[in-house]
Amino acid sequence: MELNVPLPHDAFIQMARPFRFQWEPAQDCFVILYPEGMVKLNQAAGLILNLCCKHNQSLAQTVESLAQDFGQEPQSIQDDVQEFLRIAHDNRWIELRQ
Amino acid sequence: MITDGLNSGSKPPIPLWMLAELTYKCPLQCPYCSNPLAIAQSRGELSVDEWCDTLSQARALGAVQLGLSGGEPLLKGGVSQIIKHATDLGFYTNLITSGVGLTEKSIVALKSAGLEHIQLSVQAPEEVLNDQIAGRKCFREKLEAAALIKKHGFAMVMNVVLHRHNIGRLGELIELAVHLKADYLELANVQFDGWAYLNRKSLLPTRDQIDQALATTREYEKRMQGRLKIFYVLPDYYSDRPKACCNGWGSLSLVVSPSGFVMPCLGAHKLPIDDRPNIRDQSLGTIWRDSKLFNSFRGYDWMQEPCRSCPEKTKDFGGCRCQAFLLTGDASQTDPVCALSPKRSLVDTMLMEHEDVAVNQMVYRSLAESVRQCDR
Ligand code: SF4
Ligand code: SF4
Repeated sequence: MELNVPLPHDAFIQMARPFRFQWEPAQDCFVILYPEGMVKLNQAAGLILNLCCKHNQSLAQTVESLAQDFGQEPQSIQDDVQEFLRIAHDNRWIELRQ
Repeated sequence: MITDGLNSGSKPPIPLWMLAELTYKCPLQCPYCSNPLAIAQSRGELSVDEWCDTLSQARALGAVQLGLSGGEPLLKGGVSQIIKHATDLGFYTNLITSGVGLTEKSIVALKSAGLEHIQLSVQAPEEVLNDQIAGRKCFREKLEAAALIKKHGFAMVMNVVLHRHNIGRLGELIELAVHLKADYLELANVQFDGWAYLNRKSLLPTRDQIDQALATTREYEKRMQGRLKIFYVLPDYYSDRPKACCNGWGSLSLVVSPSGFVMPCLGAHKLPIDDRPNIRDQSLGTIWRDSKLFNSFRGYDWMQEPCRSCPEKTKDFGGCRCQAFLLTGDASQTDPVCALSPKRSLVDTMLMEHEDVAVNQMVYRSLAESVRQCDR
């Protein structure tokens, strides 16, 4: 389903077909796979998708977990998360989960 | 935040991309086939167990994209079992097929094996020309295959090899891709190697055709606004720089042939390197890291001038090794497509050689023809 950014706090997202998100030990990072290609994610981007898509957390929960892990203010994390989700959305990697 | 993975060379190199040529059997006879001319001499296909073991080894090395091709991979008995194993290992799998022989039953099996996407080849936008190029009736089967692929929710890449006989129909080809609901359209100008090299005089498009094709592609890309992604693979002959050799020889990809030969690229069969590593004799890791074949053109030390001191060598790696060998007889020379190569005239001569040969006068890829070619 189409989504508008910024997303509401209680939103849940998932990977959209044909994109697949997974951890690659050989490259020591999370990646997104799609036909004929792969995108390597940096640590922050990988953690966001990991929490949202693998651990089924809402955006609010994701922001909270990251704020705790990195000892930062939720507000600054919140902006980073929305910024990444905008990129992910523009690339059609993600969609809303109902 | 994001780097485009397949362009970022890692050190030591990881074979991120693996192509498994499951069999040379094929119902079609395309005169530009990328298989070696010597398909008739290929003996002893790897068994399903051997493929599974090879995939496990590749995955352990870090391979993640898996293309399953052939020939026609659907003709490999146990293809779904191989895909299931690949899925369990975490590969992202792509079946590269002519669509011939795809049935409701087989596609259900592929789906439950975890296959991610399907690349369907189409030769032309209508039946007569399509079937002429393919060397047999198959257009309708392809349309049915496309419908099955979409019905079962696969991402679909429609792939067309472009050459003189179909490049003028590009607009119709794009319309067909839209009609079939392809997610991606790959337009690959024919690469003159193997069978295509035999037929080069007939396959070579004219410069006008190339210019027109590029303009048509751009126009449609604008009109589609991202609904259909088009990859247009430029023909290198009409360019003044070569194509980058698969992101650097032995740096990103490997190919395994039906009988287990492991190569850095599809064309490596005929290079005069006295090393033909086979997965039946050595581990994949040993072949990838230590074999003479994989180390022959790794890095930059093997280069001759003008590549050796050229600032562009990190971009194109001196071009295609197979093409350098095919045209100059020396695989470590500058790819003669490059305008800086002292041998560029070889390519220019070839561009002037094209002839108006009818489609059905080309040499078709078949076992019988392979035997004839090998006897020469
Ligand atoms: S040597 Fe040529 S055919 Fe082989 S991978 Fe490089 S560019 Fe492709
Ligand atoms: S001289 Fe060699 S490295 Fe330089 S552009 Fe030509 S092929 Fe590439």
